Amino acid sequence: MKYQVNEKGFYGQFGGAYIPEMLYPNIEELRLQYLQIINEPSFQSEFDQLLKDYVGRPTPLFLAKRLSKKYKANIYLKREDLCHTGAHKINNTIGQILVAKKLGKQKIIAETGAGQHGVATATVCALMGMECIVYMGQLDIERQRPNVERMRILGAKVVPATSGNMTLKDATNEAMRHWINHPTDTHYIIGSVVGPHPYPDMVSRFQSVISEEIKSQLIHELGNPFPDYVIACVGGGSNAAGAFYHFLNDEHVNLVAVEAAGKGVDSGESAATTALGKVGILHGSKSLLMQTADGQVVEPYSISAGLDYPGIGPLHAHLFETGRVQFLSATDDEAMNAGIELSRMEGIIPAIESAHAVAALSQLSLNEDDVVVINLSGRGDKDLETYIRWGKY
Amino acid sequence: MKNRVVSLFEKKKKNILSVFYTAGFPSLNATKEIAEALQQGGVDMIELGIPFSDPVADGPTIQASNKIALDNGMTVTLLLEQLKQIRKTVSVPILLMGYLNPVLQYGIERFVKDAAAAGADGFILPDLPLDEYLDSWQSLVEQHGLVTTFLISPTTSEERIRKVDAATKGFIYAVSSSSTTGTRTGFDEDQVAYFKRLQSMQLKNSFLIGFGVSNRETYQTVCEYANGAIIGSAFIKLLQSSTNHQQDIQTFISQLK
Repeated sequence: MKYQVNEKGFYGQFGGAYIPEMLYPNIEELRLQYLQIINEPSFQSEFDQLLKDYVGRPTPLFLAKRLSKKYKANIYLKREDLCHTGAHKINNTIGQILVAKKLGKQKIIAETGAGQHGVATATVCALMGMECIVYMGQLDIERQRPNVERMRILGAKVVPATSGNMTLKDATNEAMRHWINHPTDTHYIIGSVVGPHPYPDMVSRFQSVISEEIKSQLIHELGNPFPDYVIACVGGGSNAAGAFYHFLNDEHVNLVAVEAAGKGVDSGESAATTALGKVGILHGSKSLLMQTADGQVVEPYSISAGLDYPGIGPLHAHLFETGRVQFLSATDDEAMNAGIELSRMEGIIPAIESAHAVAALSQLSLNEDDVVVINLSGRGDKDLETYIRWGKY
Repeated sequence: MKNRVVSLFEKKKKNILSVFYTAGFPSLNATKEIAEALQQGGVDMIELGIPFSDPVADGPTIQASNKIALDNGMTVTLLLEQLKQIRKTVSVPILLMGYLNPVLQYGIERFVKDAAAAGADGFILPDLPLDEYLDSWQSLVEQHGLVTTFLISPTTSEERIRKVDAATKGFIYAVSSSSTTGTRTGFDEDQVAYFKRLQSMQLKNSFLIGFGVSNRETYQTVCEYANGAIIGSAFIKLLQSSTNHQQDIQTFISQLK
């Protein structure tokens, strides 16, 4: 229970619900009901059924033989990139829209950066026939046109966030403002393990299907559920939370989180929160946060739009502080090279977010018997433009 | 010295006018002259905003004032220095209002101590949870002779309003609707019913109504039910267009009252 959220919503010193009073009833309603709702057998069977028949779970655990040969270890890829809509994000949106229905909500709002969570939200809203509004930074709308159109095709309304730097952080601010203004009929589907309690815990639980499957797949494959390493990239940290969740108390399993170093941790253009952040409060929780000495939030940078968030989820801040998870970082260059390498050696073009996790392989000293699981959180289709601009292939 | 907020609410029970503006807006050093003009115009209390990069409870007007103030170079340290200067000429109660993160970086104890020394009377920190205040702020704040005001909204339960009332010394900030700042104009029946409900609760503290108070009509409406009103976005809008703060602020206040 050492790494579980406590009854006050904290992981060690991190977490909590730092929200204005206008959001208090919404958050309180969710806090009081989420565990009961998601533990109901009827909820679980509907959730499991949709993950199986709609998302396509379980996703394969694939032994990457050529990669294994190169890095001299047994490297498995957890194929979240094969989920419907192309990333792990939909595990959470399926769960949350079912919660929203149980709470009697009619409308859904969400924030999105690169558009993956927005697409996953628009998808489940279409599936359930619910109204959907997605806030997206004006700058991201311009950078991620295809995902904007995917959301529109799915029937969602995409609203540009024109405040601040017009990226993910500002889209999240706008979604929270919308929720303040529409407190009773609307549920806010947060896309990562961030936000006020109970969101980090709720989203972790919905994503924990990833590590649950890894365990049973490893038993089938190798006779025991414990790999030596689990590696995942971290922006806000939802795919990492899911990939680590059922291994947190198995202390002999090395858990590795990979942040985006952008142009280098000390370049001033980075999103490596644990290296650069200090304890702070943003979007309703206390965590590690990239900020100025005066407490103003700093705009992060990464070539990967899904990793340029100025904070990390409070669970991850706690896992960092306790040393349970080893935090590494990969630069834009390292991630892009890893993405090309995976494409060439295994025939899988990864999302640039996930390529950061692959890039960690060369930073670890692996033994030949080591079993390494990389959570391949998304596919690279959405990043084709970035790969083309990168050009070095 | 007795806390100025506490004194004000002991003496005055009706038509209290409190005005919010962002420190360092529209120009870095306008903070003092605006405070002086507000006092001269007859406002009862000032809420001085600490700008933050991510003001989630604010609408576009106050968001913009935060950004401009930060671009102008406003910091917590500078704000406290300006407050010291303001206190040489301004005697109305002054509350510091802002989001928690800049305060956290400054250091909670240091902030409370320095704010008291600079002449603040208390705080409004909308994202500070009530329970955390009771556990780790209250004794510190009271030890320095300051008060903290909490927000309540139409969706706040009666039980929680009672809890806020018990924790408060000074006044309660009643948000008029479930909204961000500066998004509403005028009040509907539900809001008036909420004002009446608050009035009938016989709270030990006075309460002021804010959010949606922008002109004489809305000011007078809320004063019928509450001990007074808080004006924020409408005043920030005035500052945006004003070329003569002294004169325009006087006119603005005289038109309200």
